Amino acid sequence: MPENYFEFKSRLVLTELLGIKAKNLVELLEKIKTVPLSSIYQHTHRFLQQHHYLSPEPPNDFAYWVSNMLNNEIVGEQLASIDVMQFNNLTDLKLKIVKLLSTYANKAENVNCPAGEEFHFMSSRIFVLPINKKASTIQEFKDILKTVSIHSIYYHMFEARMRLEKQDNDFSVWLRSIGMKQEADIISRFDPYTFTLEGLRQKILETINGNS
Amino acid sequence: MATVKDYADITGQSVIDELFILGDRASRLKIQHVNSTAVGGGVAEILTRLIPMFCQLGVTSTWDVIKGGDRFYLITKKMHNALHGVDVTFTQDEFDYFLQINRENSESIVFDSDVVFIHDPQPIGLVDVRGKRDSKWVWRCHIDFSEPKEQIWLFLKNYIEKFDSAIFSAPAFSRSIATRQVLISPSIDPLSDKNKDLDQNYIDSVFNKYKIDRSRPIITQISRFDYLKDPVGVIQAYKQVKRYIDCQLVLAGGGATDDPEGEKVLADVNKAADDDKDIFILLLPPSSDLEINALQRGSTVVMQKSLREGFGLTVAEALWKSKPVIASAVGGIPLQIKHKYGGILTHSIEGTAYWIKQLINEPKYAAELGKNGYEHIRQNFLITRQLRDYLLLALSFYTDSDIIDL
Repeated sequence: MPENYFEFKSRLVLTELLGIKAKNLVELLEKIKTVPLSSIYQHTHRFLQQHHYLSPEPPNDFAYWVSNMLNNEIVGEQLASIDVMQFNNLTDLKLKIVKLLSTYANKAENVNCPAGEEFHFMSSRIFVLPINKKASTIQEFKDILKTVSIHSIYYHMFEARMRLEKQDNDFSVWLRSIGMKQEADIISRFDPYTFTLEGLRQKILETINGNS
Repeated sequence: MATVKDYADITGQSVIDELFILGDRASRLKIQHVNSTAVGGGVAEILTRLIPMFCQLGVTSTWDVIKGGDRFYLITKKMHNALHGVDVTFTQDEFDYFLQINRENSESIVFDSDVVFIHDPQPIGLVDVRGKRDSKWVWRCHIDFSEPKEQIWLFLKNYIEKFDSAIFSAPAFSRSIATRQVLISPSIDPLSDKNKDLDQNYIDSVFNKYKIDRSRPIITQISRFDYLKDPVGVIQAYKQVKRYIDCQLVLAGGGATDDPEGEKVLADVNKAADDDKDIFILLLPPSSDLEINALQRGSTVVMQKSLREGFGLTVAEALWKSKPVIASAVGGIPLQIKHKYGGILTHSIEGTAYWIKQLINEPKYAAELGKNGYEHIRQNFLITRQLRDYLLLALSFYTDSDIIDL
């Protein structure tokens, strides 16, 4: 195997329950300030993992809960429209959410959700596993990309950038290293949060095949 | 019985490959499960399938069942009800007897595993023997734990906090406790008799056997006869629909060996049915999985009108058959149904009746709900996902990091 190969990995997630809940905007804000960053990641990415075959879907739990359980469409829409792609790390994303909620939590009437519909904070442990698939040519890369699980695509496109705080997704980094700068740049510019994972797989393959 | 590899056609090969990698990493571990019944109920059902699958992945796995007499099961049923918010009081004598039976069982069960899963409250006291060995103990709660009565909660909390981890089926069941809590939803087995594809002739034969008319709409609830499943409420909803649509109602279910209340509930259901010839009350023996499968597949609408629910796996079973499902928004059911997208969530008898009429009269919409529901279950609630989560939890005990390279 040549040195410059792409090793496909996959990721599996174990969801943990923090036993912390919020029943209104003020509590949501206060609890968000205290929970670990892994919890912010969980609540801004869970929909992508569980409903990855649906499109479009709200990308974060905070937005869904505020809109549907507090019936606060204004704040819900603001939370839903946070452009996650603009953040390279979870600390900055958390600050953005805190800032946004602070603006409204101080102004709005602090309405409670119906009993039993509280927001429950979760976090996750990520397991990264090698799946014994390596590509040293673009043809091998395409062949493997067609067959790996959506968990693998998720890992290289989302986890690498946001949770592992790499500057770019893994696919673009490797494509650049083998001289496919144009294709790499196109994939870097994708907003992966607006695709289903299967859609993302197809879009990457089309880009590499020159059909973008 | 199906092997892990047999699921590849349903899940995709990559999911199976990942399971074998996890199995390899966990192959040094011995895993043990303990519950209170070998047959009947969702826990026994899933363990019957999971244990051989752990072994196929290279992880030694065993299953023990505790023994308890009538008095013990009356107390544990009372606990079950109290955890679901029913107003009951326990005497110290009842707690003492419960712990005595746990102690007796701890003497006859061999605990030589690395990870021990204790299922539900019945065997929770076994955790007192954990000091003998450096093993990890997990309490797996299958019950709706959102509003337990204070007395039973304080009793159980004392034991839960002796475990290394507690597993709950839904986020709303998590509690403010010292023990690390994990979310693992239960699952269905798509290759079991209850869920596998069936020949149309067989489905017809089951409906013929019970003289159910397939030319008219059929509303079905599959559940053991338990007040918390609200079978009487289902009959009331059916009666509201019956005024407008000439439909039939099937209430079918078995009993579990640890549920002493079943007969009384059945009597109440028969009374509520009031000799309506279009209501079919079927008390099925434990060996009826194929018939239950056929009844779900041949139904027009499937119900799960529970008042409380640990998870409500019958919802996943019906969705797996691409059936439109109307269910209460309790326990783990909202995790399985996204309202108006992959099924319908209701909160009242009137709301339930309204949606039954809608779905019978709008078969295209009903079919779309069923199709989306099927995909949601395929992606998130199959046994392969649960097997994966248990392995991940077992492996997680041996690292402190949030991101773990296997």
